[in-house]
Amino acid sequence: MENLVSLSIVAVYSAIGVYTVAFLMFTLDLAKRAGGVVERTHVPMAVSVGAGASEQAEPPERPELPRPDAEGVGGATRFQRAAFALTALGWALHLAAVLFRGIAAQRVPWVNLFEFGLVATAMGVGVFLLAQLWKDLRFLGAYITGFTVLSLGIVTVNYYVDVVPLAPALQSVWLVIHVLVASLATALFALGAGLSVVQLLRVRREARAVAGLRFLDTLPGSATLESMAYRINIVGFVLWTFTLIAGAIWAERSWGRYWGWDTKEVWTFIIWTLFAGYIHARATRGWRGDRSAWLAIIGFSAIIFNYTVVNTMFTGLHAYSGLVTNPN
Amino acid sequence: MEPLRPSDHHDSKRESITQPKLTVVGWVRFGWRQLTSMRTALVLLLLLAVAAIPGSLVPQRLADPNGVIRFKRNNPDLFPILDGLQLFDTYSSAWFSAIYLLLFVSLIGCVIPRTLHHWRALRAAPPATPARLNRLVGFTERQAQGELDDVLDQGERVLRRQGYRVVRYGNSLSAERGYVRETGNLVFHFSLILILIAVGFLGGFRYYGQRVIIEGQTFTNQLTSYDSFSPGRFFVESRLDPFSVRLDKFVPVYELNTSMGFPIPLDFTAEVTITEKGTERQEQIKVNQPVDIGGTTTYLLGNGFAPWITVRDADGTAVFSQPVPFLPQDSNLTSLGIIKVPDGLDQQVGLIGFFYPSAAQLESGALTSLFPEPDQPVVTLNAFVGDLGINDGVPRNVYALDTESLTQLTGGDSGEESIILGMGDSAQLPAGLGSVEFTSLPRFVSVEIHHDPTQAVVLVAALLALAGLLTSLFVPRRRLWVAASSREGIVDLQYAGLSRGDDPGLEAAVQQFAERLDKAISDRASSERPLR
Ligand code: HEM
Repeated sequence: MENLVSLSIVAVYSAIGVYTVAFLMFTLDLAKRAGGVVERTHVPMAVSVGAGASEQAEPPERPELPRPDAEGVGGATRFQRAAFALTALGWALHLAAVLFRGIAAQRVPWVNLFEFGLVATAMGVGVFLLAQLWKDLRFLGAYITGFTVLSLGIVTVNYYVDVVPLAPALQSVWLVIHVLVASLATALFALGAGLSVVQLLRVRREARAVAGLRFLDTLPGSATLESMAYRINIVGFVLWTFTLIAGAIWAERSWGRYWGWDTKEVWTFIIWTLFAGYIHARATRGWRGDRSAWLAIIGFSAIIFNYTVVNTMFTGLHAYSGLVTNPN
Repeated sequence: MEPLRPSDHHDSKRESITQPKLTVVGWVRFGWRQLTSMRTALVLLLLLAVAAIPGSLVPQRLADPNGVIRFKRNNPDLFPILDGLQLFDTYSSAWFSAIYLLLFVSLIGCVIPRTLHHWRALRAAPPATPARLNRLVGFTERQAQGELDDVLDQGERVLRRQGYRVVRYGNSLSAERGYVRETGNLVFHFSLILILIAVGFLGGFRYYGQRVIIEGQTFTNQLTSYDSFSPGRFFVESRLDPFSVRLDKFVPVYELNTSMGFPIPLDFTAEVTITEKGTERQEQIKVNQPVDIGGTTTYLLGNGFAPWITVRDADGTAVFSQPVPFLPQDSNLTSLGIIKVPDGLDQQVGLIGFFYPSAAQLESGALTSLFPEPDQPVVTLNAFVGDLGINDGVPRNVYALDTESLTQLTGGDSGEESIILGMGDSAQLPAGLGSVEFTSLPRFVSVEIHHDPTQAVVLVAALLALAGLLTSLFVPRRRLWVAASSREGIVDLQYAGLSRGDDPGLEAAVQQFAERLDKAISDRASSERPLR
């Protein structure tokens, strides 16, 4: 067992290393695009996604900038392809780390802060990789790998705890479901927030408000980015709703009430409400575009806050960081 | 019919903002429209999220009453200000309630007209085909061989097979599907209302209470048996289901984590005998595994040791003899207990005791516990004499001893050593008061007994909300049209679509329809040819 635990740690560090190289390559790719953008021929392209021309036939809210090619994101550079392959390799190592940890512990490997971090980032990279089957989002590679390296580094260095058996309060199928779905939702919100950030930058670029960041011109237009972010965030929202319900069911079994405004319950609720607000904003005149994008970013920031600050500094029944010495 | 939306929904027609007529009715109507607008709903939602934050920053009376007491002690100046702002009861505070009640008024004002409208829409035919399809999404032109009527009949069949409601207007078909999107949206919002009503109303019938049960003891479900009890607004005592629970045995399982040096609890099991309606049954209660008894659920919350303490007077007659639950202070179950002996001795005696299940001496001489199992059980006692304040009729916390007005006889600055007892040992109390004995060592559990009629309703509503959400977000509501005109045995077809709400697949759906119709027509043509 000890061997497996050390093997898992070796896999984590290897994954961090590989992701770091991938991050550098993704960044190089963006830089490269910034240079290449001028020479490309621009083919105008109409809004295709989500704008839903209606009888009133409103003009598209924001005209798209010319895009380098009709295929969507400006064709992959060599750097991007290599970076993507490395990300996949890093993910394989990452998955191995999760797997070894689980086998060594003989339980699901997501019961303390270190393990949440390990699993949630694996989820994030996994969702990023799989999302490519749906849309080419490789331009988010630098964001995803950068974020992953940072998070994995922090949880491994600062929050590492040894494998310990499950405390009675955690011995529940709901642990498996609740945490798994929560981290999947988090992964989706991470991707959504990334798209929203790019959207905001892109809008400013379209308005010629930002000089520099020329690579933005090679990315999909802001309306497309907004629509993609929305598609991803609503899946995240459904999963978060499920997380909330599963958490309540578990709380009833474990603490004798399904809802008691415990600190973590409060934050799960806040996050849920923020994203409900985001979905509403997307349907409210004057709130689409920038404002709803900010809401998605705030929502994801609340998740990060919940995961880091609330888990470590706030008191509550969810004292599962594994950092406290008193498991009661 | 379009789904009805508040006027500031991004999909609704932009209306010129009219100044309200300066009549009462005009203003009321204006106010109501503001309250039920998308913007108000959105702002209230965001406000609710922000308003929930303070409750996570300061302890709440509901979730953490001891935390509130601690906060008051540590911040005596700040406390009254925050308390005045109801920050220790955030989720029942006037301001938090105001936000969610306004939100729900807005919600009800929003969904009721929408429901009526949707009810009518469900029976209405799809709207007439627009005169010019080429301005709509996915506009496509095709040609087909055959009769115009035939082609449109085929088109109708193809559309119906895909779940569209179809009407023929002249030489065109108008089709719509995905009404369930709006149904789902309404189900979602109504489920939220249902949750609020269930908690607000049925919650009044809720009750819960805690009780410590020592091995061998029986708890009977009546008001006086509870250590603490919280009734809902509509609670009446006669509603307590008659049953009793005896704790036969409590079995914890621990593992010592050698690398980190602290014990890890693996399992807690309370073996109980339940008597209900005259029949007895054996059950196990575990963490995460409560038992249902009558209309209640009983949960295992905590556990510890209840050393049996016997106090005798100078003549050797027992004046106090019972197990005393000691409250655990750390993971090795170093526990704190209070013993009050008001009668039978020359003076009232109070004892503050520490219990160490696996006692060991630190270098400083102080005792500590190494493990939560009773490998080396030791009780230490500090004795106090004086007025325990029991007789003045004010109920006192059994887990606290107010030592201010008492005289300390052992431990501390009293000059006498604390009394230290291993199991079975006894020692003299100072001043010839008598003796005290650590007789035996039963365990106790603390259980919570809950009756909550909201649970089932809220669960069903939550699942309905989830189902409504799924349909509302992922079932596209879309319209398809095909307009036909014929010339010399060829039918010209124009296709287009329109979506209600976010629908990235619309263009593909129009194309797919056009292709399916093409195929249906040519299939039919080839199957008919041999007959001619
Ligand atoms: C308790 C507060 C509320 C919550 C948590 C909430 C949540 C949501 C969510 C998650 C959606 C997207 C899913 C769906 O379409 O069913 C939604 C849609 C919608 N909500 Fe609410 N809502 C609330 C209150 C309101 C109120 C007060 C109104 C009316 C003013 C409203 C009007 C709408 C409308 C019109 C849509 C459809 C948006 C679209 O066309 O895509 N909601 N709501």
